[in-house]
Amino acid sequence: MSDVVIEAKNLSLTFETNDGPVHALKDVDLTINKGDFVSFIGPSGCGKTTFLRVMADLEQPTGGEITVNGMSPEEARMKRAYGYVFQAAGLYPWRTIGGNIRLPLEIMGYSKAEQADRVNKVLELVHLDGFDKKFPWQLSGGMQQRASIARALSFDADLLLMDEPFGALDEIVRDHLNEQLLELWAETNKTIAFVTHSIPEAVYLSTKIVVMSPRPGRVTDVIESTLPKERPLDIRETPEFLDIAHRVREGLRAGHGDD
Amino acid sequence: MNRLWHKFGPVLTVVVGIFALWYVMAVVLNSNWAYDKAARADVELSFSEMVVDTWSQDKPKLPAPHQVAVEIWNTTAMKSITSKRSLIFHGWITLSSTLLGFALGAVLGILLAVGIVHNKAMDLSVMPWVIASQTIPILAIAPMIIVVLNAVGVSGLLPKAIISMYLSFFPVVVGMVKGLRAPDAMQMDQMRTWHASKWTTFWALRWPSSVPYLFPSLKIGVAAALVGAIVAELPTGAVRGLGARLLAGSYYGQTIQIWSALLTAAALAAALVMTVGLIERITLKKMGMAR
Repeated sequence: MSDVVIEAKNLSLTFETNDGPVHALKDVDLTINKGDFVSFIGPSGCGKTTFLRVMADLEQPTGGEITVNGMSPEEARMKRAYGYVFQAAGLYPWRTIGGNIRLPLEIMGYSKAEQADRVNKVLELVHLDGFDKKFPWQLSGGMQQRASIARALSFDADLLLMDEPFGALDEIVRDHLNEQLLELWAETNKTIAFVTHSIPEAVYLSTKIVVMSPRPGRVTDVIESTLPKERPLDIRETPEFLDIAHRVREGLRAGHGDD
Repeated sequence: MNRLWHKFGPVLTVVVGIFALWYVMAVVLNSNWAYDKAARADVELSFSEMVVDTWSQDKPKLPAPHQVAVEIWNTTAMKSITSKRSLIFHGWITLSSTLLGFALGAVLGILLAVGIVHNKAMDLSVMPWVIASQTIPILAIAPMIIVVLNAVGVSGLLPKAIISMYLSFFPVVVGMVKGLRAPDAMQMDQMRTWHASKWTTFWALRWPSSVPYLFPSLKIGVAAALVGAIVAELPTGAVRGLGARLLAGSYYGQTIQIWSALLTAAALAAALVMTVGLIERITLKKMGMAR
């Protein structure tokens, strides 16, 4: 097996709208390797979410090629190759936390014993042990989002696609969840593609930062992080961190030059 | 005391107001007949005598509340429930076709909604007909349904139930279409990422999402089903049921009988709606959606 998880070549996606075509993605080239933590950052309309949705087979590209685990996105989706975390937790109010996490396992036909086993394991992983009998409204927003991450981790997908999962949460909760996400990534060895519009979040989390710009949506810079894998929160005050953040900011500014 | 007043005070005030207005209207509407009678008997009526008379006539234009109450008492508690003069007997006749029609209407409504949500052609073709069906006066179509069904050998409970169904399926279709479409784009995408079948998406997501929309529709539907059952008894010459009681009462000018049948029907409707409301509360609580 090769180490390439996502490979995009000349990937384009044009939406036909009443106001004419919108180039959500244009000639995007990118490779994501196994074990990478890749962040996509850019202003709204730069196609970062669209790119993630193409990987998930929620949108169909209109040009170029993309493979997920060496397959087409559709085949990958049918083989349940990835877990997707949306911006909102999207937990079902009529299911308990345990029931919500069990849902994809039920759909995928895991045995009852296996379901219970996995629910316990992922709840522990996101530090929600003991909450499986609670209903979503009994949990805070941050806890709900952790439950939704647990749900995406519950089945055997080694790719995690996350679309601004912490976008709606406050700064303090966000810091905390970022720290936990890194821990989780180290523990599980998953490949993560992470959409964000926060520079510190992108730099803190990623091994690779993809800077994108809008109209047409394209990749303007790909930055390989030089930060160590072990990252305490105060790494964000080191010169090295600030250097990378600076480069991301430059990339974003360059992309905006033609406005 | 204060808490009790807060809970029941407003309702009680309105009820007292209605009864006061009712008694006043009885005096106003029945006074002519009281004076006529007095004139023919050649006696002078004082105001208080007139008032007493208007509240105790045999065939008043508007019977007073206590007259209706006495009639209801006499035709429920004082009669065997198998008697043709028992309101419980007639109420049961109407209730049975209401319940059958409501069940048929709810099932039909839900099935149509499922079709409309899942099938583009049905979405475009069925909904306009569903709406058109409700613009036809039920009073016009009820006799035809009875006659046509009789011609093909269906009689008894079913034709009446079908008229109840005709009225009660509509709110269920409208509510359920909205309810089954309640899941947002994100929730539908999420199902797609798990490669869930349409069947699974329906049972795991659409159906539970629609429950909060289903019950309000069922409340309207059950009340409409009762109206349908009563209307079905009117033009068909039925001799049993609350509708038949209403009709017989109007043939013979028995206004007290009409009003007691009317109030019984209203109480029945309230009981039906409250029963659905109770089931709603239990269901939502069981689903963890009641706070």
